[in-house]
Amino acid sequence: MKFILTEEQVMLRDSARSWLARHFPMSKVAEVADAELGGEESAWPQLVAMGWVEAATMGMTEAGLLLEESGYSLFPAPFFVSVGLANPLGADLKEPSTVAWAEDGAPYLLDALRSDIDETGRVWGHKVLVPDAQLATHAIVTTRAGLRRVVVEDCTIVDTPSLDGTRRLAELLMDGVPSEAMADVNLPTARAWMLAAVASEALGVASRALDLAVEHAKSRQQFGKSIGAYQGISHALVDAYASTELARSLVNWAWAAIDSKDSMAVASATAAKEKATSVAVSVCETAIQVHGGIGFTWESPLHRFYKRAQWLEAFEGNAPVMRAQIADLVLGRPAN
Amino acid sequence: MDYLDSPAEATFRSDLRQWFTETIPKFFPGERTPRARLALDGARRWSRALFDAGYAGLTWPEEYGGRGLPVQYQAIMLDEQARAGAPEHLGIVGIGHAGPTIIAHGTAEQKAKYLEPILSGEAIWCQGFSEPESGSDLAAVRTRARLSDDRWIIDGQKIWSSFAHIADQCILLVRTDPNASKHDGLSYLLVDMKTPGIEIRPIRQITGDSEFNEIFFTGVEVPQDAILGQVGQGWQVAMTTLMHERATTGLTFVANLDTVVNRLTQYLNDVGADGDPLVRDQFARIWIDLQGLRFTNYRSLAVAATGRVPGPEGSIVKLAWSVTNQSVTRLAQQVAGPYALLSDSGEPWGGYWVYEQLRSRANSIEAGTSEILKNIVAERVIGLPRSR
Repeated sequence: MKFILTEEQVMLRDSARSWLARHFPMSKVAEVADAELGGEESAWPQLVAMGWVEAATMGMTEAGLLLEESGYSLFPAPFFVSVGLANPLGADLKEPSTVAWAEDGAPYLLDALRSDIDETGRVWGHKVLVPDAQLATHAIVTTRAGLRRVVVEDCTIVDTPSLDGTRRLAELLMDGVPSEAMADVNLPTARAWMLAAVASEALGVASRALDLAVEHAKSRQQFGKSIGAYQGISHALVDAYASTELARSLVNWAWAAIDSKDSMAVASATAAKEKATSVAVSVCETAIQVHGGIGFTWESPLHRFYKRAQWLEAFEGNAPVMRAQIADLVLGRPAN
Repeated sequence: MDYLDSPAEATFRSDLRQWFTETIPKFFPGERTPRARLALDGARRWSRALFDAGYAGLTWPEEYGGRGLPVQYQAIMLDEQARAGAPEHLGIVGIGHAGPTIIAHGTAEQKAKYLEPILSGEAIWCQGFSEPESGSDLAAVRTRARLSDDRWIIDGQKIWSSFAHIADQCILLVRTDPNASKHDGLSYLLVDMKTPGIEIRPIRQITGDSEFNEIFFTGVEVPQDAILGQVGQGWQVAMTTLMHERATTGLTFVANLDTVVNRLTQYLNDVGADGDPLVRDQFARIWIDLQGLRFTNYRSLAVAATGRVPGPEGSIVKLAWSVTNQSVTRLAQQVAGPYALLSDSGEPWGGYWVYEQLRSRANSIEAGTSEILKNIVAERVIGLPRSR
């Protein structure tokens, strides 16, 4: 992608938006979010049949476009974990897969780990913060012996309450779980894809929150006119629009740089993750403010976008962590 | 970004980079990076050098001395200019505003007379649009021009005119029909700045410097054919000027920001601040915003390259640029610690950041205040109802 979409890419994005609007309207998302599982396992065969899974493995741009739509609609399915996290680690996506890397005291992908395998290839370890484990059939697990693939059902799953009801978290206890070896991948490169995937979803969340806020500002009347005519409201929305577009530009850069295997791929993905997730959080906050009291209710969809935004911001390094990594890349690591 | 260049663009870029490498040291002997601003004669020689090498007026049609290249080449030019820390062509108003407007609306005589000297740096232009009572509300201009025999007689006052104190010519928006409606009573004149009755008063800015001027017109007589376009069409002609201004200023803002961020990087290293975690955090914010702005421009360029009109994303560049540039200069001054108490030569870089920090306050005022730009984006881009 060189900062302009092909006709095929536009079609893919548009068809994803309309399919998601039809099958996962906000009422459905709310119902799923407040239910036990927090997601629809059954959606996967349809995603495969519609070609989304194949498209998303073709390139970062295609994956990013679909993930932006998944954020825009708060798609409650194991699509993000499969396409955004497991795919760059070489997962076979005939069935949904998640990735388990975080451990107590070692939360990030590139941290040193305790999980290991024994001589028969069984995994011994305790993973935390595993996203959508309950919805995935397989998990790719990082171990001292490299990447291993396990069947989720073979593990002990302990639900951990997630801020975002549409994206659950679990602990994965593996006491000698059978596993298959995965081909080696360059983890920093794979992580750039993951960060760009998170950023793409965050961009979708920001766009939707902005759309909802603008819609409300146009229709809500006070003192005889639409509240969007007041500069206290309109200028806040312009700030939200401007920051969303800056985030979009960074996300598009990350897509282009990753697809071109450019030397700035890691920097672009890190920058996109920093900006898009913090913008998603702040645009949701603006949207809640613009909605007034209604924006503070459980009934309003805004809290669900706000929680997804915060989930994405905190995942695999929050904005200050991303900025520290950018500083390392641009200024070099500090001398001490 | 080079992976985004076509083969022809890549060749253009590498030739240009080479030319800068060879030429800049001749203008800035002994300097590590050309931070100083060139004096007028140096700036004229620099502009002439750009013209002789074919780097002035890249997007102008070839018949008027330009290169007839698409706007992507202008973007590469600005990119490389920023990378090299090279000064701009002196004819900013001429090349960016006056020239394209004359190309669009001028007579054959006007084109023959005015265009080439703009590119070569011989003729410096200024713009007489804003007035004391007509800032954001441009169509409210009061400066009068009335026809007497075959001469226009001009009376009034313009303000915030860059380069007026060194300019040879002025693009001037005047009211020729006080009885017509606000927009229909305007005309657009090309005025020789040496004409008797023109008085220029530099405005001393908070930097102590004078980039802007007031221009007073008292019974100034110019020929009837000094008009550009038709009588009463001044607003439409002025819109051409503003359209051209907007088309490339986004690129210029980002190129300048790129230069300043490169200098900031060097400065942080010079003063040993680049290991401080708070400074690094602030720096990363700035760097990320710079890239966001850079690729916002790329989005517009990519659409323009297909012959379509770019989307509304370009409308945010000036807004976001001003905030970012202000935070760059703020960070530089914070890094100076107590030395920020000093002015000019006391500061570690001899006054560079003192000046840039104060100068940056104008960023959110000049060429459309942030408040006016937000009103425009609110109404025209996100579709909110008018606020007035």
